[in-house]
Amino acid sequence: MATQHSRSAARIMMAPAVFLLLVWMLVPLSMTLWFSVRSYLPLRGGDQGFVGLENFTRFVTSSAFWPAILTTLIIVGGVLLISIVFGILLAMLLDQPMWGQGVVRILVIAPFFVMPTVSALVWKNMFMDPVNGLFAHLWRFFGADPIVWLSDASVFSIIMIVSWQWLPFATLILLTAIQSLDSEQLEAAEMDGANPLARFAFITLPHLSRAITIVILIQTIFLLAVFAEIFVTTGGAFGTRTLTYLIYQRVLESQNVGLGSAGGVYAIILANIVAIFLMRIVGKNLDR
Amino acid sequence: MARAVTTQRKALNTTLAWIIGLLIFFPILWTILTSFKTEAEAIANPPVFLFFDWTLENYAVVQERSNYMRFLWNSVIIAGGSTILGVLIAVPAAWSMAFVPSRRTKDILLWMLSTKMLPAVGVLYPIYLLCIQLGVLDNRLALVVILMLINLPIIVWMLYTYFREIPGEILEAARMDGAGLKEEILYVLTPMAIPGIASTLLLNFILAWNEAFWTLNLTSVDAAPLTAFIASYSSPEGLFFAKLSAASTMAIAPILILGWFSQKQLVRGLTFGAVK
Amino acid sequence: MFSKTVLRATSAIAICAAGTTAFADSHATTITIATVNNGDMIRMQGYTDQFTEETGIAVEWVTLEENVLRQRVTTDITTNGGQFDIMTIGMYETPIWGANGWLVPLDGLSAEYNVDDLLPAMRDGLSHDGTLYAAPFYGESSMIMYRTDLMEAAGLEMPTDPTWQFIREAAAAMDDPENDINGICLRGKPGWGEGGAFITVTGNSFGARWFDEEWNAQFDQPEWADALNFYVNLMNDYGPDGYENNGFNENLSLFQQGLCGMWIDATVAASFVTNPNDSEVADSVGFALAPNSEGVDRRSNWLWAWALAIPAGTQQADAALQFIEWATGTGYIELVAENEGWANVPPGARTSLYENPNYQEVPFAQMTLDSILAADPNNPTVDPVPYVGIQFAAIPEFAGIATEVSQEFASAYAGQQSVEEALANAQAITNEAMEAAGYR
Repeated sequence: MATQHSRSAARIMMAPAVFLLLVWMLVPLSMTLWFSVRSYLPLRGGDQGFVGLENFTRFVTSSAFWPAILTTLIIVGGVLLISIVFGILLAMLLDQPMWGQGVVRILVIAPFFVMPTVSALVWKNMFMDPVNGLFAHLWRFFGADPIVWLSDASVFSIIMIVSWQWLPFATLILLTAIQSLDSEQLEAAEMDGANPLARFAFITLPHLSRAITIVILIQTIFLLAVFAEIFVTTGGAFGTRTLTYLIYQRVLESQNVGLGSAGGVYAIILANIVAIFLMRIVGKNLDR
Repeated sequence: MARAVTTQRKALNTTLAWIIGLLIFFPILWTILTSFKTEAEAIANPPVFLFFDWTLENYAVVQERSNYMRFLWNSVIIAGGSTILGVLIAVPAAWSMAFVPSRRTKDILLWMLSTKMLPAVGVLYPIYLLCIQLGVLDNRLALVVILMLINLPIIVWMLYTYFREIPGEILEAARMDGAGLKEEILYVLTPMAIPGIASTLLLNFILAWNEAFWTLNLTSVDAAPLTAFIASYSSPEGLFFAKLSAASTMAIAPILILGWFSQKQLVRGLTFGAVK
Repeated sequence: MFSKTVLRATSAIAICAAGTTAFADSHATTITIATVNNGDMIRMQGYTDQFTEETGIAVEWVTLEENVLRQRVTTDITTNGGQFDIMTIGMYETPIWGANGWLVPLDGLSAEYNVDDLLPAMRDGLSHDGTLYAAPFYGESSMIMYRTDLMEAAGLEMPTDPTWQFIREAAAAMDDPENDINGICLRGKPGWGEGGAFITVTGNSFGARWFDEEWNAQFDQPEWADALNFYVNLMNDYGPDGYENNGFNENLSLFQQGLCGMWIDATVAASFVTNPNDSEVADSVGFALAPNSEGVDRRSNWLWAWALAIPAGTQQADAALQFIEWATGTGYIELVAENEGWANVPPGARTSLYENPNYQEVPFAQMTLDSILAADPNNPTVDPVPYVGIQFAAIPEFAGIATEVSQEFASAYAGQQSVEEALANAQAITNEAMEAAGYR
């Protein structure tokens, strides 16, 4: 259907977006690469000269590096797991006939509208505070010692806060997918004697695979960059230092831009490894 | 739905869904309630739920300390501007990818998404220096452009998946009726694409509104949005739950209200092509 | 139809955005001040209108939480971004930035301002090579605040210069878990200016130090093990749950609710804990010098000032200087005293304040002054050190290193690693970073 004419028109229409993103990618990327081979210390007057790959070796050999990678993967994986499992359950529930469906849907998607800083502040102070937090009151009511969430269950707490923000997104996408499921197919399976679990495993889940892939792809992009939630709650302490946070510490707390930039290059590499991995799956799922 | 549903079953669903919905919404509800309490009531044990002396004092304190309207206005301009600009640039791109696909279309899409993976903290100094050179620190337009660029990949992708759902036969039928490219876009595609564009606008407005790194680090006064507003309330001295709640409520209320009123539109287009 | 409304509304916004210069100021001169969101600063914002009336200079405030403030002003000063005409900074940043030529020297202060009235400790700490670079808005040391009623009930009497050993004894006597009263509340929160500052001064009072004279980290020395073990045992036995998350604000809130027997922290807290509007224990708070370990000739009190400085990149240096004179001069102190009482004036900056008979009646005035005078940034430790500063070392790398070290310590407070492991990690982190910076 595409003629020569429409092809060149298409190219022109794509040009602004491609050009802008190319600039937006290349400028910071080349600056990051430049800084990563320099000793750039703002508090010592700025550029101290070329240091080769020193920043790169220093960044990986630091005792904080591998734990940070691990923490990143745990947090991203944990949030994905929670938001998808609960997202599916919630979507299936919301798909059922009920009274006040619209209102319930509003309640469920509300956390998505909350700024990350605000949600971290609210969770940290009003819920997880070991003295005045609501959880502490609840624990004491049942005669238990309050949990010190942000240190005793630090990674879990962060996963919980971030999941709360992203569960609505997953639920919405999964819900639209479930609503498009052919109910006659389910009924036929029911008549054939398939139990609910089998119906879920062989009909609903395959139908949702595409939606799940999309949730994973989009959330991963945002989750790799999670920052405000950690900054506000633990400041990277108690094993919650992700790669992004480690870079923040190098650039802003230690004021070592060269070292932080080298970390930035590693983060790009990690993101692309994850991305290629995801694209494989997505690519397969997107080609219907 | 073809299947008959018993009232009993419906009641069960309703109860369960409402309980879960309220649980998920509870942190927001609690924040809003706390914002009307005194500081002492805010930390009371056992917590007071509804029966306290409702007061607007916290809002008065917050309003006295900071010019809320200015922060709000900046948020509206930055989020709104970047979203509109982004959609204007993304619509043609997504259109051509969806209707004139080439072998490289998918690669270009994936590449676009990958530009989102550079961690912002790593490039703070380069971007800050660049902004100084261009003289655009604390400038709303600069933030509009930066947030547009950050969200552009998502916008393109969302529109692309939506456009792709529009059946090609309709276009061919229109062409046979003698419609040119202009008519094709204006009379055939646009009406069909509006739900998708509307939900793209909404989603990106939300994402831009909540972006808290660049909006905080590249502004001081003239362009500072609500993310900067909240940064001045995060750890005051002494008891502060009630004031924090008031500031938080003020920061999220506009977007929450917008989201609620438009949730049908948001949901309709928020499929990312997930629906077969 | 909704989508039409959206399109219409958004295009309206776009048009407004293009043409707006809303909220532009009609004043001839406007200065922008970056500041921290603590009580005294917020109070000052309330009085800014008076300054504008007197001088015609308008003031824009950028009020940020401490960590965000540091991040913002440091980025701006090192890149010469020129976003602010006045920055609120501390005793750690001032000498470093001054030495780099990033701050306007404050040698143009008027005779009326009487710069010699600044407490010598504050003036020294905010100078580099004898030139003043920032004017102290308020100054502080640290001291013990304790509940006189609980102390009496325990049958103990607080000496004016207690030792850590006595503190432990008193904490044991006041600790009352059944009534939710903790014997003692101390900072443990990660961050160089939070728990990091506290454990550093505690180290000083046990004879420990950060570096030897060749910049080698000293966390492998027995003094640090003593200090950290003492702190951890004290807090595990008599401190609140989750103290590894408590900083100044958290402890203030606990003390004001009557949940702490003792609290060792910034002297400025005294006016908050004795203020009956906020504090449930306002009328039963006593004060004493920060403790030392028996036989160690250094106390655990620090020295700090929040000060106003003018970045070299500003176009409004004159107006900025006018504001600094107004905000840190005696006139402002009198203004606050008149409106809110002497207990609420910004403390710790001027000698004349402590000579004022009205102020001498304030219960914590003398102890604040004594604490400030007892702190000596040039000789912070028993053994000699190559750095200046008590709860910090005034080198650019310190903030980053100390934040990571305090995170290691906080993990030990939380029981996630042993004290020995924390010290070994701290030693490695510090030496690694000092090597990277070229000290070793």
